[in-house]
Amino acid sequence: MIRREVSKAKTIAAALAASACLTSPSWAQSWEPTKPVTLVIPAGTGGGADQMARFIQGVVQKHNLMKQPLIVINKAGGAGAEGFLEMKASASDPHKITITLSNLFTTPLGTGSPFNWKDMKPVAMLALDQFVLWVNSEKPYKTAKDYVDAVKAGTDRQFKMGGTGSKQEDQIVTAAVEQLTDGKKFTYVPYAGGGQVAVQLVGNHVDSTVNNPIEAVGQWRAGQLRPLCIFDAQRSTYTAKVTDKEAWSDIPTCKESGLPVEYQMLRGIFTTKNATPAQVNFYVDLLKKVMATPDWKEFMEKGAFNQTMMTGADYEKWLVSAETLHSDLMKKAGFLATQ
Amino acid sequence: MDELNALFGGFAVALSAYHIMLMVIGITLGVVIGVLPGLGGANGVAILLPLTFSMPPTSAIILLTSIYWGALFGGAITSILFNIPGEPWSVATTFDGHPMAQNGKADEALVGAFTASFVGAIFAVCLITFLAPVVAKFALKFGPAEFFAVQFLTFASFIGMGRGSAFKTVASMCLGFALASVGLDGVTGTLRMTFGQDELLNGFKFLVAVIGLFGIGEILCSMEDGLKFNGATAKLRMDAVIRTWKQLPGMWLTFLRSCIVGCWMGITPGGATPASFMGYGIAKRLSKRGDNFGKGELEGVVAPETAAHAAGTAALLPMLTLGIPGSPTAAVLLGGLLIWGLQPGPLLFVEQPDFVWGLIASMYLGNVVGLIMVLTCVPFFAAILRVPFSIIAPAIVFVCAIGAYTVNNAMFDVWMMLAFGVLGYLFNKLRYPLPPLVLALVLGDQAESSFRQAMLVSQGNVGVFWSNWLCGSIMTLGLVMAFWPMLQALRVKLSSNGAITRAA
Repeated sequence: MIRREVSKAKTIAAALAASACLTSPSWAQSWEPTKPVTLVIPAGTGGGADQMARFIQGVVQKHNLMKQPLIVINKAGGAGAEGFLEMKASASDPHKITITLSNLFTTPLGTGSPFNWKDMKPVAMLALDQFVLWVNSEKPYKTAKDYVDAVKAGTDRQFKMGGTGSKQEDQIVTAAVEQLTDGKKFTYVPYAGGGQVAVQLVGNHVDSTVNNPIEAVGQWRAGQLRPLCIFDAQRSTYTAKVTDKEAWSDIPTCKESGLPVEYQMLRGIFTTKNATPAQVNFYVDLLKKVMATPDWKEFMEKGAFNQTMMTGADYEKWLVSAETLHSDLMKKAGFLATQ
Repeated sequence: MDELNALFGGFAVALSAYHIMLMVIGITLGVVIGVLPGLGGANGVAILLPLTFSMPPTSAIILLTSIYWGALFGGAITSILFNIPGEPWSVATTFDGHPMAQNGKADEALVGAFTASFVGAIFAVCLITFLAPVVAKFALKFGPAEFFAVQFLTFASFIGMGRGSAFKTVASMCLGFALASVGLDGVTGTLRMTFGQDELLNGFKFLVAVIGLFGIGEILCSMEDGLKFNGATAKLRMDAVIRTWKQLPGMWLTFLRSCIVGCWMGITPGGATPASFMGYGIAKRLSKRGDNFGKGELEGVVAPETAAHAAGTAALLPMLTLGIPGSPTAAVLLGGLLIWGLQPGPLLFVEQPDFVWGLIASMYLGNVVGLIMVLTCVPFFAAILRVPFSIIAPAIVFVCAIGAYTVNNAMFDVWMMLAFGVLGYLFNKLRYPLPPLVLALVLGDQAESSFRQAMLVSQGNVGVFWSNWLCGSIMTLGLVMAFWPMLQALRVKLSSNGAITRAA
């Protein structure tokens, strides 16, 4: 019985994927959660994914967007493997969704944990989180080029790069930058959380970081940190002044500054593997309602997120290319698990 | 005095009927959260965070911080009554709190713990009020080497504290380190000692271990001892508050030491748990009654509670001024600030004075309200011990199981808790001390990653720990503490030989 339903669902999914359109509202509402929905966060409390998940929970509750409650739980063990393995294990329970960070790709590659994003059903990309190269504002480096030149001129491993976690997004960006520093490596120092990384930079315990905007914006505004460049193809679209003089849009891209590295982190939602298109559509619809609220727009601007929303086939295509990118970057840096 | 003006402005914000009501609700919830093992302050605040989404930020933070105060107060209750720490920072409270309860002085221990918590908190709030900018600068000096120095000092101040053999203490601590290293290695990003078991990905959770070792272990021992609680027959007297308060002024030095240790650990940020251990360790080492610690000494309850509450409160300072959380609960509150549209960081004091000073004023008020509430309930808490063992013991096991499950929403943790319970019983029978194991389990991975970060930064040079006065003096102090028992033994030996030599 269940199997038949699943195979039927697969046919429909295939048909829909072909048309690359999952927004037919007439039957999108044909499924609704029958019990509370669990939002699994594959990261600890207080981090970027956690903040976004709890924010979504708050918006859903405040605007009454769902009849059943949305429950948020953290499953951070093994760099998020715990959360993803739970999603994989509950393949037939559509009342579970998860929010991702780059550990969706880096954890299975780096630790050899047995899961892949294909073990879940992609729902929607909510946004892309940016990475910015920061230095302490007491230091003389005004542009990314100044800094990279200093790294090239220094001895190997003289410059210390602080970041969140090991073999995860921050270290991957660092490794990508190292490809362009004439063979000079950074000493990468892993810390537990992004806020701590920003403060370590203010205290001059490291020389630079690749913090997400929201992790370091407070110190930027206080004049303690200086952003050198943003790891995106285009400059940020947020033109409102963040400090006295500068807006997010005033930060040059790293490519402009002679450091052609691009990297963004997925903030996306997945549900369990055997979810039907109607179930996926319910969540897509719910997230669209969340994203239409003014609260969400304010949240996006505060963190200078790249507001790219994707669903369906586009999203899957993006995921395939992102996975290839990560495995290339990690292979080059020697971060792959030896198994 | 700009601060005083601002503070009175803050009182004007916080002293409304609505806010007082929020404080009462928050503290009640917090005490319940604190009493239930497993459901920690961080979890409680995280669960209620979305509810505050539609409140004004000041009201929201008053509610959430009140839960935090409540949890800090509440953690002591089960530690004293049943030897089950409701929160990680109340583990050290069990060392003397529970023996006091067994001696029939549960009410005094409770009053002592609550009063100590209050004193610690108020000391830390005063510090936040008047010294926030200075203290924030001090916190910036802490890099990996300094963090390790602090953690080393915590371990060092603990060595030789166990009543039994020093080797048993070391063995117990090493087992704790081994358990702490299971799971993800934060420095290399690879899995360690999980043996391919998905359940072990998360490592051994401190709370699960503590609930098992102390809670279940205690129940097992009580069952053997005759199915009753010692001290249950004590007469219930209503003058506990006055009786206890009379004893407290004599301990002013312990209060002061614990306040300083607590504030320091909260700011740097070490957190309330190491602060409580360090507070206890230092008091035992320096107090005149130190030798009686562990047998039911009021001072042994006061020292860790003062330090824990001072640290818990001071942990909010780096959150407000630097945007780094000093404790797991502060991490959740930090997320809350962002959700309410506030940007934590160096400019918060300048841009949102109403919010910041409202919060600081609510810290004073919240703790006063909290103290009054918990003190009036002391006879009620103490009376719980009079419930027959056959009723309360199954209830405790039940609550412990729920608590262990809540830590991570995993059934595996409940089995783990039972296994730790048996281990706790064995430790008790073989006279191995539990506290070193617990300390190593809670601080082991932090100390390890600080050490390895420091080694990365210095390219493997151990001299980094003496590279500046701050780090060097903490490390040296730590070494002196670690070898103190040996130095003392040496001195005794030398003087007994008649040789008048200065101790090294």
